[in-house]
Amino acid sequence: MALLEVSDLHVEFDTYGGTVHAVRGVDFRLDEGQTLAIVGESGCGKSVTVQSFTGLIPMPPGRIVRGGATLRGHDILGGGRIDGKEVRGREIGMIFQDPMTSLNPTMTIGDQIAEPLQVHAGMKRRTAHARAVELLEMTRIPEPAKRAEQYPFEFSGGMLQRAMIAMALSCEPSVLIADEPTTALDVTIQAQILDLMVDLQRENGMAIALITHDLGVVARMADEVLVMYAGQVVERGSVDDVFYRSAHPYTLGLKAAMPTNQSEGEQDLQPIDGSPPDLFAPPEGCGYAARCPFAMEACQGPPPVYGIRAAAADAYDHESRCWLHHEDCDIAAEGVHKGE
Amino acid sequence: MSEAAAETPLVEMRGLTRHFRIGRGEVVHAVDDVSLAIAPREIVGLVGESGSGKSTLGKTLIGLHDKTAGEVIYQGQRMPDRYRPVDFRRYARDMQMIFQDPYSSLNPRMTVGEIVGEGLRLHSDLRGAEARDTVASWLVRVGLSPDHMSRYPHEFSGGQRQRIGIARALVLEPEFVVCDEPISALDVSVQAQVVNLLGELKASLGLTMLFIAHDLSMVRYVSDRMAVMYLGSLVELGAANRVFFAPKHPYTELLIGSNPEPDPVSERSRPSTAIRGEIPSPVNVPPGCRFANRCPKVMDRCRTEAPELIPVADEGHGHRQVACHLYDAAA
Repeated sequence: MALLEVSDLHVEFDTYGGTVHAVRGVDFRLDEGQTLAIVGESGCGKSVTVQSFTGLIPMPPGRIVRGGATLRGHDILGGGRIDGKEVRGREIGMIFQDPMTSLNPTMTIGDQIAEPLQVHAGMKRRTAHARAVELLEMTRIPEPAKRAEQYPFEFSGGMLQRAMIAMALSCEPSVLIADEPTTALDVTIQAQILDLMVDLQRENGMAIALITHDLGVVARMADEVLVMYAGQVVERGSVDDVFYRSAHPYTLGLKAAMPTNQSEGEQDLQPIDGSPPDLFAPPEGCGYAARCPFAMEACQGPPPVYGIRAAAADAYDHESRCWLHHEDCDIAAEGVHKGE
Repeated sequence: MSEAAAETPLVEMRGLTRHFRIGRGEVVHAVDDVSLAIAPREIVGLVGESGSGKSTLGKTLIGLHDKTAGEVIYQGQRMPDRYRPVDFRRYARDMQMIFQDPYSSLNPRMTVGEIVGEGLRLHSDLRGAEARDTVASWLVRVGLSPDHMSRYPHEFSGGQRQRIGIARALVLEPEFVVCDEPISALDVSVQAQVVNLLGELKASLGLTMLFIAHDLSMVRYVSDRMAVMYLGSLVELGAANRVFFAPKHPYTELLIGSNPEPDPVSERSRPSTAIRGEIPSPVNVPPGCRFANRCPKVMDRCRTEAPELIPVADEGHGHRQVACHLYDAAA
């Protein structure tokens, strides 16, 4: 049984301008000790996906139209409503992109870390506070007892993110959701935080769902990768399959848009022209067709998900949502891995 | 590249320094004694952690901050220490800046036509239809459409706004542009669009650029030379590829070692190179090398004696300068 399983998730938002179809059928599973990376550009629905099963989507205007989520087989998304508090904090810990704005500026760091312990684990204030100091120490904050008495403004960005991790892990959750945890940090501090997450995962076996747009961070952290575009998963597979045997043109496009850091024979950057589709009225067919160099007539209709035969036996299925993988398609799409 | 450095520089900073007084006798050493010459049509990339003084250097260079000490020589002419309105008017045609945040650097109450055309109105003789045509042609040049002139910034995406910022900076056809993190707020696919656009404009206009960013891979890709800054001073300077692939200063080595590559196999095999600690406060900086307290190769002398930026042999790849006692001992 999967630790966390999300199936056929559809999320919409009602706005003055109409209904935004933010997530249009996403499914994934997450097992213990595994790191799943969700990548894609701003507005592709990666954050909304994880917020929906942690009860962080304001409803209204948000709406979970369809789909389910189970944690160890228990439904946590019954009837489109979710009791977030039950799950959040205790079973699922979250860290966010901007630690400066995700912490309460009027509470000490120690009190903020102790709060979930008092709420979820029923600890007394004093015990919770002592545990908060231990957690700060676990996230390698020097002088944890002194730091616990300080306020967020007295912390640097990297230290705040450590405090956020301490808070997220306080109730020993089985899943840690990290939504762009290092985007606001320098590469040196990013390396420290990523190392810390890997160490903590090794110690307590939690699963990590990592949302990021940085393919370098994905390569460093992920076991499995979901590539999202316009509210849908367009490719999924083991990190090696997605990077070295990319099967969806969007994944290829992302890779070609980044410098490769080869000292010789370097390719020019290939930007992806245009911009993502308007999710007020998402196209009926493939969301990427308008920007895709291989687009053809068939792309006006919604592409099915094709399984790609893996080059090596792998624990993760490799799938791509693209007509190029149809058995009758004989277009030679350069760079697209078809699995033969 | 390295030949260019030998040419007469277009812009030269000599001992450029910018301090901020923050009361109680405390001083923030944002930029300390930076000397750097940029040749015509050269792109110099400037990297460093937040708080290292990159943006302050860029702003001091073009006069948005007063200089505390040192000088800037532009085309052989010494620029004022403190810009008055008349100086901005005089030099706006020569030097411009592209800002980091495309959301806060455009006036939300001005139309795109007004934003891009403001420079022409203030600094050129073009008026009316002529000015409008120039603005329209610049919008086309940066990949927007003339129809966008009557729209407001909020109607555009981040990448489009950055293009508006680029059109605004380049409409006067300056010689020298400071790009302060022009791509960090953008998505990967859009970053490549903006970088390629800057590359095309550099080729067609012969632009010279100081390209400030913290994305090391992108800076290496864009720049001819790369300068690494730490706590207000330059620690290394050389050909971009050489600095990236063969760093000499221990800080550069750790900085580049922290940069994750989009390549799972090399990431798995890479040892953890996480640098210890964080960048210290630039208030009342200690004597000696500023990196000493985090440096894995620290020696006694580093704590008392500040290293100078000195030329170091770069195995036949032009000039390299490094500020580290490891190299002046060898010399």
